[in-house]
Amino acid sequence: MNRFSYVRAAGVAEAVREGSARQVRFLAGGTNLVDLMKENVERPQRLVDINRLPLHKIDDLEGGGLRLGALVTNADTAYDPRVERRYPLLASAILAGASPQLRNAATNGGNLNQRTRCYYFYDPATACNKRQPGSGCGAIGGVNRIHAILGASDQCIATHPSDMCVALAALDAQVRVTGPDADRVIAFSEYHRLPGDQPWRDNDLRPGELVTAIDLPAEDFSSHYTYLKLRDRLSYAFALVSVAVAMRLDGERITEVRVALGGVAHKPWRSPVAESGLAGEKASQANFLAAAHVLTEGAVGQGGNDFKIELARRAIVRALKQAANGTPQSQTDKRVF
Amino acid sequence: MTSPTRTTARIGDPLNRVDGVAKVTGQARYAAEHPVEGLLYGWVVSSGITKGRIVRIHDEGARALPEVVEVMTHTNRPQLPPFDHSYTDAVSVPGSPFRALYDEKALFNGQPIAVVIAGTLETARYAASLIDVEYESESHNTDFAVALTSQFVPNDKRSTFEPPQSRGDAHAAYDAAPLKVAADFHVPAYYHNPMEMHASTVVWEGNGRITVYDKTQGPQNVQAYLAAVFGFSPEHVRVKNPYVGGAFGSGLRPQYQVYLATLAAKMLERSVRVVLTRQQMFSHVHRPETVQTVALATDTSGRLQAIINDAATSTSRFEDYMETVCDWGLMNYACENASAKYTIARVDTYTSGDMRAPGAATGMTLFELAVDEMAYAASVDPLQFRLINYSDKNAMDGTPFTSKALREACAQGAEKFGWSRRTPAPRSMRDGRELVGWGVATGIWDALFEKTSAHAKLLPNGDLEVATAASDIGTGTYTVMAQVAADTLGLPIEKVTATLGDSALPKSTVEGGSKLAASAGAAVQHVCRGVAEKLLVAADQLEGQPLGGARMEDVTFAQGRIALKSDATRSISFGDAMSAAGLDTIEVEDSPAWHSGGSSQTRKSRNTHNAIFAEVKVDEELCVVRVTRIVIAVAAGRIINPKTARSQILGGVVMGIGMALHEETATDHRLGRVMNHNFAEYHIPAHADIQDIEVIFVDEPDPEVTPLGVKGVGEIGIVGTAAAVVNAIYHATGKRVHSLPVTIDKLLV
Repeated sequence: MNRFSYVRAAGVAEAVREGSARQVRFLAGGTNLVDLMKENVERPQRLVDINRLPLHKIDDLEGGGLRLGALVTNADTAYDPRVERRYPLLASAILAGASPQLRNAATNGGNLNQRTRCYYFYDPATACNKRQPGSGCGAIGGVNRIHAILGASDQCIATHPSDMCVALAALDAQVRVTGPDADRVIAFSEYHRLPGDQPWRDNDLRPGELVTAIDLPAEDFSSHYTYLKLRDRLSYAFALVSVAVAMRLDGERITEVRVALGGVAHKPWRSPVAESGLAGEKASQANFLAAAHVLTEGAVGQGGNDFKIELARRAIVRALKQAANGTPQSQTDKRVF
Repeated sequence: MTSPTRTTARIGDPLNRVDGVAKVTGQARYAAEHPVEGLLYGWVVSSGITKGRIVRIHDEGARALPEVVEVMTHTNRPQLPPFDHSYTDAVSVPGSPFRALYDEKALFNGQPIAVVIAGTLETARYAASLIDVEYESESHNTDFAVALTSQFVPNDKRSTFEPPQSRGDAHAAYDAAPLKVAADFHVPAYYHNPMEMHASTVVWEGNGRITVYDKTQGPQNVQAYLAAVFGFSPEHVRVKNPYVGGAFGSGLRPQYQVYLATLAAKMLERSVRVVLTRQQMFSHVHRPETVQTVALATDTSGRLQAIINDAATSTSRFEDYMETVCDWGLMNYACENASAKYTIARVDTYTSGDMRAPGAATGMTLFELAVDEMAYAASVDPLQFRLINYSDKNAMDGTPFTSKALREACAQGAEKFGWSRRTPAPRSMRDGRELVGWGVATGIWDALFEKTSAHAKLLPNGDLEVATAASDIGTGTYTVMAQVAADTLGLPIEKVTATLGDSALPKSTVEGGSKLAASAGAAVQHVCRGVAEKLLVAADQLEGQPLGGARMEDVTFAQGRIALKSDATRSISFGDAMSAAGLDTIEVEDSPAWHSGGSSQTRKSRNTHNAIFAEVKVDEELCVVRVTRIVIAVAAGRIINPKTARSQILGGVVMGIGMALHEETATDHRLGRVMNHNFAEYHIPAHADIQDIEVIFVDEPDPEVTPLGVKGVGEIGIVGTAAAVVNAIYHATGKRVHSLPVTIDKLLV
């Protein structure tokens, strides 16, 4: 860990001002950043502690939506009665991730901005274009069991590790951002990036910008949803593949469906074609399988993760069934429904 | 004020841990937790290459920090002895023991190549990050599959190792038999990863003396090693390890952090602490990667006609680690024709070493996978198959077992598990969407005994202290030592203090091989009996001789009194007896004779056995495996403390479930580097992976095996457990997986 200076910002304006300097990181829960500093992966010169900022509330929005403050913890979000009732998909996804201790410390803004779990990114003795631009990608041709099958580039095959974000993607959340120039609202699908030739950029944030809240639109997917996460042990592991489904049905017919995949790409993965293809169709195995193939179109294995393509298809089909049947995956009973 | 009546603690009582409160309240200090005035902190810099030469270590940035005291490397270290023999230890293996910072050579990835020493841990860590190393790399190989092309049998073998013994003509019998199976099995390397990182605090006492708080399983082994390497006279080195946060074998040999901390202390003549990081825990000892070819053949009734069991394990370029891999199946199954071949192969890693049931946790587990396949090939129930081919004697060398209650273990385990309700066909049992599988395996491990010394000291008020230089690595040694002492002298557990983990105490073996309870327990009982005899002699000094000159066999010791068996009203308190003889204390230090208790070390086989039954539920499409139930029946002689013994078995079973489903070292062979070197990615079971585990201790009286009739339970719980789980996965899915762990991808195909 390098030496750094520390300042506790009293307000949003101060945080943004402090955060606009080079080699500065915002410190919220610290559950990822501090680990990365201990590994010499992140080496900020200055930490701006934002924990005193007034971003700790969950507020109802006019018209029925919900605004999640950036500093509300993952645990408080998952167990908020409004979230549980109106956005059970989000609560479920949060509880599928990490451990109770981590969820108690980790914040919503931090969850969005956590970094990949790629082995090579975490190990400064190896090459990683995300950690050290231009050094190469160790994972290509290396140990890549947990890596991307969709949207990767020849410079980076890392995945985004969040569970929460997969649900937020399916829920069409919006990320509220403030910064040196102006406040912005970023659609969730635009927030995280694909690696391309700039793999060090995880998201669309500009220097000095700070996530202040996440807005959930007033849409009701509380009857037909699921978050299905498959991993190398039954708890406390990052997803090999996860699937968030939000669905509305009219009898046997799907009126609207959103499917987001986790663990497969540099960002939560959605396919408008697959989703619109299911709209108006029967909730059937054949249709689900067809959608799974559309969602994984163009998927490429890296050797160690080839199995994830087939696993993703099966997981998509099962998750769509769970949602259609109104039997969402439990995060405590580890049996897959 | 009267104290509440306390009952005598007995061998066999399920007592709570005597050190439990100290541990859960943070009073128990581990190697890195002992406060020392003026302590310096060392941070280890690890090699980023696997093989080659260090050309230059750029440490100017680190040295520029005022709080940095020294950057210790191979270029400035104090002088070290030139020959290998100075670096060997009580449990080292043939070869050239690793010497950190000895020269410019890089021998394995993650090798310690410098230690930054500073006044605070944070400074040392930061300064270490400023060090830049220039290397000259050479080609390396860490891929065991590649190394196997030059597997070999070393001439020099470790002293405890005996090659497996073949019998009959297994290859001819295999060829002639009507039913047969053969397959190659594989397990990856496993890193011990005890909860507590390897750590040492070396206290510079001056006058050529050091006191070392070390994470070790043998303080006297470390004492002798440090004396030999660093030129201390042995009595000037005191090594303490009162509490050890797990080890599983990683603390059997002196680990490189104690060497580095002592080297730095000597260089600076200051007290130094070195703690490894979790990542660095993947840079030293590990269970070897293992491949095993098992070929079995039976007649049409399922009787074994041939066993062929060949195995190879990984070792380093500089030492030849060997373990007993092939013998277990050959010992346990009656079969006239058996052959085994054991080789090792070199990779560019640190030397592999003993890890919980070394050789058996892998060798017997893989053998038991093949046994299941053979049972199916012969259309015999897998449990029945084991009984058909049961051997009452050690089938490899023909010697009788001192006891082998495996038949009873099979029966009791099967009954508790409900094995008779199993339908044999794969994929024939279901629970809703999930396939259900029931699997069985058996396990075997050694019941060892090693001569150990102990000290006992009794005070007139009945307070008893017992001590030996043994280590409690979390297994409950404090508790069972106190319990044996209390039992022998008829005292409540609260009256006994056990002291362990100090090289200055009476000589004890290293804590490994499940031998400590039997060995140190016998020593404690022996010296406590010595105390009892002296008490009885003292009692005779009392005026009027109330015990009438009774002999040991005529009296009982209970509640702090000696009483006549024939007339309990005639009794004397310990205190009265001692004051009659003018004694302030009674002290005995001794070790029991090797053959005490009628043991005969050479003519009989001494082993523990188990039978494990596993239930898995597998999602058919998604291949998610859940281990919903385990029943393990253990035949391990006399159980001193069923509670701590059960905990040992539970821990072994959980580790076995990890072998079956989770645990795996992922190496990038291009780099020669372990890539999943942290607990996020090196998976061991989480709570959600563990459901019902039932432990049965089968009654197995065995006065012959060791003086107390104790066999030890630290390792038998892991042997075979993974096989039971993987056999259950076959029963559920119809899929045979030959390479552990059974991850989703292996079932998806």
